[in-house]
Amino acid sequence: MKRSRFWSWLWIGLGILYFFIPLLATLNFSLRMKKDVISLMAYEKVLADPGFVKSFTFSAEMAFFTILASMILIVPTAYWVHLRLPQAKPIVEFITLLPFVIPAIVLVFGLIRIFSRPPFVLTASPALLVAGYVVLSFPYMYRAVDNGLRAMDVRSLTEAAQSLGAGWGTILLKVIFPNLKVALLSGTFLTFAIVIGELTLASLLAWPALGPYMALLGQNRAYEPAALAIMSFALTWGMIGLIQVFTRGTSGTALGGMK
Amino acid sequence: MAFLEINNVNKRFGQFVAVEDFNLKVERGEFVSFLGPSGCGKTTTLRMVAGFEMPTEGEILISGADVTHKPPNQRNVGMVFQSYALFPNMTVADNIGFGLKVARKGKDEIAKVVDEMLALIHMESFRQRYPYQMSGGQQQRVALARALAIHPQVLLLDEPLSALDAKIRVELRTEIRAIQQKLGITTIYVTHDQEEALSLSDRIVVMKDGHIEQVGSPFQIYNFPETPFVASFVGTLNVVDAVVRDPQSGALTVDGQEIQTAQPLSVSAGQTVRIAVRPEMLRMTANSGSGGTNELSGTVDTVTFLGSIVRVQVRLEKSKLFFDMFNNPHLVPPQVGEKLTVYFPREACLVV
Repeated sequence: MKRSRFWSWLWIGLGILYFFIPLLATLNFSLRMKKDVISLMAYEKVLADPGFVKSFTFSAEMAFFTILASMILIVPTAYWVHLRLPQAKPIVEFITLLPFVIPAIVLVFGLIRIFSRPPFVLTASPALLVAGYVVLSFPYMYRAVDNGLRAMDVRSLTEAAQSLGAGWGTILLKVIFPNLKVALLSGTFLTFAIVIGELTLASLLAWPALGPYMALLGQNRAYEPAALAIMSFALTWGMIGLIQVFTRGTSGTALGGMK
Repeated sequence: MAFLEINNVNKRFGQFVAVEDFNLKVERGEFVSFLGPSGCGKTTTLRMVAGFEMPTEGEILISGADVTHKPPNQRNVGMVFQSYALFPNMTVADNIGFGLKVARKGKDEIAKVVDEMLALIHMESFRQRYPYQMSGGQQQRVALARALAIHPQVLLLDEPLSALDAKIRVELRTEIRAIQQKLGITTIYVTHDQEEALSLSDRIVVMKDGHIEQVGSPFQIYNFPETPFVASFVGTLNVVDAVVRDPQSGALTVDGQEIQTAQPLSVSAGQTVRIAVRPEMLRMTANSGSGGTNELSGTVDTVTFLGSIVRVQVRLEKSKLFFDMFNNPHLVPPQVGEKLTVYFPREACLVV
């Protein structure tokens, strides 16, 4: 018993060191912009750069529209698959996993090829970038929503609402969406994290997003990219923290229907 | 005209026939149970009444109106599910008021109906609770209140007690029947539990393999089963092989011992038939019915103590019969290996 515990802790300890040492080194480096002094100068420079604010705002906007579009697309799809087309589940799962198999570079060239000539000229519109991001978010958003739907008795809840007079719109908005809150939050934050740092699509479609900005900064500066890396970690962890805050006390609700 | 009519309804899923030639008329305020084993089509029929399934053929009328092709949200039919199906994101009050909110009723009216429903199920103090904060029995009562809040034309219950433990099940079924009688609501209740069906219903529809085997009151179903399936499915039964000796007088032999049925038999002498006797009709004393008594002698095979009753199994030659005795600590039950004669009235002898 004691022996096995020792080895467990050892491996956990090694894992933590493997993860945190580079992070601490990056943090340390990002604080060394001023010679022999620990300072936040790199962070100040990044935050003061209008390019950063502009690209971050743009990426945040794109993330917002991506999340909105993927929710509108994925929630009804996943719901319908659960309710009426369970036999289509493997096909839909396969499609949603495609972004893991097809590199973003292939996707973006495909998008450019199709949407840079009539009848659909969309390369100048951020809608194409959002559409690309929606595809990239498929695995995360679909999986999150699918897990959420598995945790509830979709068929009975739908039929209960129907027998009480509710139409499809009411069922989705009043019954399905609220009970997917936790799942949607997870999907939302993951999508946000992906979009905010995405490089390939934004760069090849020539949009001033945070990803290309970070790449450019990394080529020309030393301390600022380290500061940006720490900031993006903080952002991601902040998101995870928010998931925890929002989901606290709601864990029981997902299971309540079957208790 | 009956309040709910199910006329010549068939339901097929591809090649599989789920419900075949189903005809039933339910009067206003009647409590009808669909009873049968898993896969007999009882839930499918209920779901067709609710509108969740469309019949392949036939029609369904509620209060004279053809609802066969109406979507479920336009039928005004209340449904209670086995899994309760309360909306986990809503409180008890919101769950009960959901249907009224959908119907765009005023806030005051919703509050009034919710109060009435909470009083009906004796759960006034649970108004602000969420489903996960309640037991299964409490959740099912709320589900019942939610279904009743919209004042449905028909109340449908799909095995509502199956997920509950035995004690709660008995309590809740009494409560369901009391509420149904109080409101006079036409109710269809699906169950595979014969005790539930017998204790709750005005009429029972016994189903097997998608078709109706028998429709009748609990008394008729239990005492006068029309098919071998009904006889064996409803209640417990001793079934033994018997050889017909004289069809006219109803004389038969069971392992060489002569017994008699109350009615003449429609088979010829020498043929083997199966006869059934309810265990509660068997006695250890020759106290008979008006039509004469049968007796069969054998050896006590097993004696099983089941708390309030003691089940005794008697072996004849090849056949076995069992009967139940009330447990009485002051009386010694028969002992294994003891010779025993059991008596039963001729009219208790059913040919199945």
